[in-house]
Amino acid sequence: MYAQLVETGVKRIKSLDEMSAEERNFQEKIDAEIKIEAKNWMPEAYRQTLIRQISQHAHSEIVGMLPEGNWVTRAPSLKRKLQLMAKIQDEAGHGLYLYSAMETLGADRDQEIDKLHSGKAKYSSIFNYPTLSWADMGAVGWLVDGAAIVNQVVLQRTSYGPYSRAMIRICKEESFHQRQGYEMLLTMMRHGTQAQKDMVQDSIDRLWWPALMMFGPSDDNSPNSAQSMAWKIKRQSNDELRQRFVDQTIPQLELLGCTVPDPDLKWNESRGHYDFGEIRWDEFYEVLKGNGPCNQERVATRRKAIEDGAWVREAAVAYARKQQNKNAA
Amino acid sequence: MSVWTLYEVFVRSKHGLNHKHVGSVHAADSAMAIENARELYTRRSEGVSLWVVPSALITASSPDEKDPLFAPADDKVYRHASFYELPEEVGHM
Repeated sequence: MYAQLVETGVKRIKSLDEMSAEERNFQEKIDAEIKIEAKNWMPEAYRQTLIRQISQHAHSEIVGMLPEGNWVTRAPSLKRKLQLMAKIQDEAGHGLYLYSAMETLGADRDQEIDKLHSGKAKYSSIFNYPTLSWADMGAVGWLVDGAAIVNQVVLQRTSYGPYSRAMIRICKEESFHQRQGYEMLLTMMRHGTQAQKDMVQDSIDRLWWPALMMFGPSDDNSPNSAQSMAWKIKRQSNDELRQRFVDQTIPQLELLGCTVPDPDLKWNESRGHYDFGEIRWDEFYEVLKGNGPCNQERVATRRKAIEDGAWVREAAVAYARKQQNKNAA
Repeated sequence: MSVWTLYEVFVRSKHGLNHKHVGSVHAADSAMAIENARELYTRRSEGVSLWVVPSALITASSPDEKDPLFAPADDKVYRHASFYELPEEVGHM
């Protein structure tokens, strides 16, 4: 998902002729779909771009726990509470798989987390929207995790081995998230009161556009895409993935008996796809810049968690040293 | 968390199979590494046994040595059973 606007620092893609022997050898491997592993030679820009992309992706998983954590103590039943906690634990796990993959590139986890806390590193814009009702837990699972799956399924074929393997694990688990979200909404729409049904529709109204923004800027405004595609860090364009998401989601929306807040949405017989309206890009860039409804709160919560946990980490190290000395004596 | 050690994690998915590398965890000591690995890599019954090893203790072959190490095996086809052609009468061997 979860990586929007990743800088490559490359203005123009080199042709094979312009490359050094090492670069050419590297690019030929990528062209032949041979995975790059941690100890293989790689261009510095490839390494740095991957660190940015994977850390952004990891931060998204970690920050993504916060909107859901908001509802753990208010889940309507024990069953729903257990499901929600399992899902949140998965997000933590996904963050950790990704930080591990990032570390294989020589990045330091603490430094990258510092960048998140200082606002230097980004995470997905979607998590800067608030979760205002219980129905949001369903809509987040269905739409947000649904959008994440569309993105991540293609990333399973990404050129960097550790990233690709993390994606394979994550995709396996992500489908539980989407199904539990959709089932929750379906239960409310089929068996709920009118107030509950209205709550579902309200939730979709608020989250639909932010979910579409998760795929990042339109293709005309993705200056970094060409290099990322050549390196196969990215495998399909933002607009292609966004279209796929809309096409697969609208029939599910109709089954729920709900609508999306887009008067331009309609099936286009000649294209074989749904047409949909223009995203409010000014809102997208504002949220990315840090001016969304929850940006400050999200980062402050993460920072507090790290600071408040410092004594636990120190105590664990002190205990481990003590045990080691005891065993040595 | 850099004050903690990086451990590589290996999971035996079921009895009779070998342990397989799945990723890494940070931990203060090896007992904590096992607990963290359990939470991270076996939330859905993916394993029956775990190994953790400090990453710094692993010695790996370098990609540059790939040819000197592995290429000599490529031209030794006589090490494979399929190299030897036997008459049909011998049956399965």
